[in-house]
Amino acid sequence: MEVTTTWYLVLAAVLFTIGAVGVLIRRNPLVLFMCVELMLNAVTLTFVAFSSALGGLGGQMAVFFALVVAAAEVVIGLAIIVAIARRQSTTAIDDFSELKG
Amino acid sequence: MELAVFIICSAIVLSGALGVLIANNPVHAALFLVETLFGIAVLFILLDATFLAAVQVVVYAGAIVILFLFVIMLLGVDRAEDLGIEPISGQRPLTIVIGSSILGLILTTLLISVSGPTGTSSSVSEVSLGGTNTKNLGGTLFHDHLFAVELTALLLTVAIVGAITLARRLKGPLQPLPVLETINDEESLPEDNGDVE
Repeated sequence: MEVTTTWYLVLAAVLFTIGAVGVLIRRNPLVLFMCVELMLNAVTLTFVAFSSALGGLGGQMAVFFALVVAAAEVVIGLAIIVAIARRQSTTAIDDFSELKG
Repeated sequence: MELAVFIICSAIVLSGALGVLIANNPVHAALFLVETLFGIAVLFILLDATFLAAVQVVVYAGAIVILFLFVIMLLGVDRAEDLGIEPISGQRPLTIVIGSSILGLILTTLLISVSGPTGTSSSVSEVSLGGTNTKNLGGTLFHDHLFAVELTALLLTVAIVGAITLARRLKGPLQPLPVLETINDEESLPEDNGDVE
């Protein structure tokens, strides 16, 4: 039995869903970020699967840039979490409501 | 052989993802994330994207997860989170509905297409380029996408400056936010307010 592109896409879909559910139910902002990483990785896997199926390098190129953007996003996000956590001791996402008008 | 590798890697990826989802301790979640990332790296090798597999391990497992662990240790939030508490009533059932609809939509779209995913094959195939995956990727990156590479450099610089600005400790004692005490009176647990000062 041969592993087709569809198999990779189904795996990526399941992975994306797990990440999305994680973002919705978890309360720790760090774990939320990890779930965002899961979703990014699912999309990454889709890109590489298509790149491999179509024989080009465009998909791998996109993954390369997505990786850089993900790194930048994590750095900024964690800096914001550190800045908030320094002022208030709770680290539950529901308590981060300082911008509430 | 390929099938066996795919099935084993899928099991690793999905179990790691579920681990991130249900682990009480953030440190355990980070380690489960490493498991998922490694599984995806092996799948990349299976798809002939060897350079990206290496980058995946180095950048994700080596840099991003370490950054996560640093922040977890720095903030001391590695105590367990009680997953039994449902902060917003009706959130969990709604999550199940939303999650299953996302999955259902993607899977129907995928499986309804009889011939599988379609698309035009790339005019410049990797085979025609010759050379290794890394060489071809480098050539494409610095010939066709040079402007994007420069923009990426700019983005990373902005991210570094932003992170330093945000995480820098300001001079003088920190002012506790005045609004917090009034808002958190009813909402948060009593032990949360105990160690604010």
